[in-house]
Amino acid sequence: MVYTTVAKISGLSGMSDPTKRKMLMPDVFLCEIVDKKTLADAVVSITVSCNELARQSSAGQFLHIKCGETRLLRRPISICSLQGGNIRFVFEVKGEGTRWLSEQEIGDELNILGPLGKGFNIPNGKIIVVGGGVGTPPMLLAAESANGKAKKTNRLAPGESRKNDVIAILGFRSADRIILTEEFIKICEKVIVTTDDGSAGIQGAVTKPLEELLKSGEYSAVMSCGQLLMQKAVADMCAKYNVQCQVSLEERMGCGIGACLVCACATVNNSGTTAQDSSGTVIENTEMSRVCIDGPVFNASNVIW
Amino acid sequence: MKELSINFLGYNFKNPIVMASGTFGFGREYGEFYELSKLGGICVKGLTAKPRLGNKPPRIAETPMGMLNSVGLQNPGVDAFITDELPFLREHDTVVIANISGNTVEEYVEMTEKLSDAGVDILEINVSCPNVKAGGMAFGTSTEGVTAVTEAVMKKATSPVMVKLSPNVTDIISIAKSAEASGADAISLINTLLGMRIDTTTRKPVLNNIVGGLSGPAVFPVAIRMVWQVATAVKIPVLGMGGIMTGNDAVEMMLAGASLVGVGTACFDDPYAPLRITKEIEEYMERNTINKISDLIGKVNTE
Ligand SMILES: Cc1cc2nc3c(=O)[nH]c(=O)nc-3n(C[C@H](O)[C@H](O)[C@H](O)COP(=O)(O)OP(=O)(O)OC[C@H]3O[C@@H](n4cnc5c(N)ncnc54)[C@H](O)[C@@H]3O)c2cc1C
Ligand SMILES: Cc1cc2nc3c(=O)[nH]c(=O)nc-3n(C[C@H](O)[C@H](O)[C@H](O)COP(=O)(O)O)c2cc1C
Ligand code: FES
Repeated sequence: MVYTTVAKISGLSGMSDPTKRKMLMPDVFLCEIVDKKTLADAVVSITVSCNELARQSSAGQFLHIKCGETRLLRRPISICSLQGGNIRFVFEVKGEGTRWLSEQEIGDELNILGPLGKGFNIPNGKIIVVGGGVGTPPMLLAAESANGKAKKTNRLAPGESRKNDVIAILGFRSADRIILTEEFIKICEKVIVTTDDGSAGIQGAVTKPLEELLKSGEYSAVMSCGQLLMQKAVADMCAKYNVQCQVSLEERMGCGIGACLVCACATVNNSGTTAQDSSGTVIENTEMSRVCIDGPVFNASNVIW
Repeated sequence: MKELSINFLGYNFKNPIVMASGTFGFGREYGEFYELSKLGGICVKGLTAKPRLGNKPPRIAETPMGMLNSVGLQNPGVDAFITDELPFLREHDTVVIANISGNTVEEYVEMTEKLSDAGVDILEINVSCPNVKAGGMAFGTSTEGVTAVTEAVMKKATSPVMVKLSPNVTDIISIAKSAEASGADAISLINTLLGMRIDTTTRKPVLNNIVGGLSGPAVFPVAIRMVWQVATAVKIPVLGMGGIMTGNDAVEMMLAGASLVGVGTACFDDPYAPLRITKEIEEYMERNTINKISDLIGKVNTE
């Protein structure tokens, strides 16, 4: 049974008065798969074609993808790169939904709600992007955007490529889990790879090379995506060296647009208001933000880990 | 022209679709997708006397054609609702229903007074939230609890009052009858069914709160049964909800005895669900040459 409405197709497209609708607004799109690749065992890259979706998307935002008619909830997947009217995302097969997604082929259509969420606020200056495992894909678009911004600000001549503004630190479990590094190399001045088992690059956590770079005092900001523990370590390291840090967080989602409050994440609230927690205790300086619309990207200093 | 409007507690609902509490926030987010005035009514996120942070995440788990939630009534509190959210909702031509949950009877009464004064159209008394420790469902699972809350609220309410029942009871009919006997103007049901999931790798519950409320198509037949039982047993009107995804589901709910139909979880799959469902109801009326949607209410043929 097909439940989902594609507004444009069914004629239900929102506002009877189109001027009431914001220019940039997420919507439901049917997008054709135009490319599909396997990057590592159970890690798949899918590119879909949809001008309107691509035009609105920016680094750190995500797509809420319907994974078959028998699963009620959409799956949130980050945007990895944009090219013309094409949008690419990279995901790991974890459970039933991502398995279904990995079985779709070129020519098939995906039902996508997007683009959603607040992405990275691309800073000026020299930037470090940090990606861990399948947290790496969104950092590609973040690196590209940072590079693009630097080009604009520095008024480079057309064709002149300058890539010394962004450094990428990418962490993986082992050599066979490494993805997307060649693409980062095209954009970044330097790409540092770490693996947990030392089978490639530096052995250990991303914070090792990160600390070396931060010590130099040359970098003005860090943007990161990966597992919570890794991101907390990155955030702590940035705090130590007093460098601004943005993290992209994950939480299970329902609506994806801010209405249902299932994707909660505790953040700092300085407004002076208090609220009760589930046991009735009054808590100060804390609010529950929605990862889907207040995030997924947060200033690390606002996150209550 | 098909007549889709329903008169319910003195209000004219343009169509029978009401957005279910907790799934539609205060309307702002879905209001970016379409005009809220296209909806019959909006029931806002469950309000409490004081602001609440809700439960720790994860707060959602998928189930076969359904989901569990354990949001735990995260909301800015009744005062902030009245100053910050109600004026926005009032800009739209749709019926506004305020859903309230108390830890004590006194809190229900306090919120009833404030919201009646603020001019909310209808009050929905939630005695059925499975996600908070004190109050909520505790009141809704006994006839004494429902009677105590309803009688106290009815003394102070100047807006019509609807009591939202929990399906987590053995005898829904006696609970519904006690709400009616205590003066409730209408009944809404069903809230979510208590459920649980376990991650077999970690052996931990998926929800941080361990248990949560089941909604979505998985609960639909249970909802139809309970709405039919209640609508047959009481004289006051019923708002029926639970798992409605299509116009056909909505028609089924009305045949079971619902005057209005709540739509919640469907929006997570399809943000346009209420508009699509309304259109599908119209198409059903077209196909079956029904002129007034109200002619369907309770018309299931059990002979
Ligand atoms: C903003 C955001 C961006 C993401 N971007 C990517 C990405 O680019 N690449 C990638 O591989 N993964 C990404 N994820 C994680 C991805 O959403 C989950 O791996 C995926 O939902 C798992 O679905 P499943 O059906 O395979 O697993 P199941 O375990 O069958 O899923 C059951 C339910 O839990 C939810 N769920 C399970 N794990 C997660 C998780 N880690 N985060 C959120 N929801 C989860 C599912 O969405 C579904 O509702 C992202 C998550 C978020 C919140
Ligand atoms: C995420 C979520 C939050 C909810 N919050 C509330 C609430 O605050 N108050 C309430 O009375 N019901 C709440 N409900 C229950 C719904 O209003 C509705 O009764 C139930 O979900 C069944 O309808 P559905 O299957 O169409 O969603 C919530 C349901 C969901 C899914
Ligand atoms: S997923 Fe519904 S509020 Fe974030």
